Amino acid sequence: MSNKIAIVLLVCIGVVVLLAISELPLYGSPDTPAQNYVAERYIEGALSDTGALNMVAAIVIDYRAYDTLIETTVLFTAIIAVFLVLKKGTDRRGEHK
Amino acid sequence: MTDFILKRMVSLVLPFVQMLGLYVIFHGHLSPGGSFSGGIITGLSLIAFSLVFGLERGQEKVSERMMSLVESFGALWYGAMGLVGILRGTTFLMNKGAGVPLGAPGKLYSGGLILLITLGVGLKVASTMVTLFVALMEEEE
Repeated sequence: MSNKIAIVLLVCIGVVVLLAISELPLYGSPDTPAQNYVAERYIEGALSDTGALNMVAAIVIDYRAYDTLIETTVLFTAIIAVFLVLKKGTDRRGEHK
Repeated sequence: MTDFILKRMVSLVLPFVQMLGLYVIFHGHLSPGGSFSGGIITGLSLIAFSLVFGLERGQEKVSERMMSLVESFGALWYGAMGLVGILRGTTFLMNKGAGVPLGAPGKLYSGGLILLITLGVGLKVASTMVTLFVALMEEEE
C-alpha cells in the first residue's frame, strides 16, 4: 500500500520537475534571467570602476568584497576546527593535558 | 626521506615556485590568478620543502607561531582595508568611491585596494595550507 502511495507521489513530483525543465531557457540563449543588467554593468564598468584589468579580481575583491571577506573567515574557521579536533592543548602553565 | 636527487631538485625548483606564487598574488588584478591560487602555490612550495627535508626542518623555516600570526593578520588586514572606506566617509570596503587612487590600468599599482587585499588574502591562504598540512602530519606523542 505504502509502495503505491510512494509511486504516485514520485510521479507527481516528476511531472512538476519536468514542467519546470520545459520552461527553462535554452543553453546560451541571450534572454536568460542571468543575462541581466548586472553582468552588463560589470563588463562595461569594471575597468573604470576599479582600475583592474582582471575582471574576475574586480568582481571578487571590489564588487563582491563582502563575499570574499566572509570566504577568508571560512578558511579561518576551518583552521580553528582542525586545531580543536587534532591539537592537544596546553593549560595556563604550559603543561599538556 | 634521504634521497639526494629529490633534495637537490627541490632546492633548485622551490625558489622559482615561490617566485611564481608571489607573482600570481601581486598580479592578481592584471592577469589570471589572484589571491587564492597564488596563496596555494606559495603554500605548496613550503609543504614540498617539509615533505622532502622533513617536518622538523620545515618547522625551522616557518614556525607554527609565525603561521598562526600570518593567518590572523590576513583576516584582520582585510577588515582593516575595509575600514578605509569608513574613515573616508563612505561605506565599508568601498574602493573608488572612497577616493582611493586607482592608478593607471595595466601598471602594478592599479585597482586601488585590490592589490593590498589580494596580498593579505594570499598570505592567509598560504598559511592556511601549511597549517593544515602540519596539523595533519604531526605524529601523536
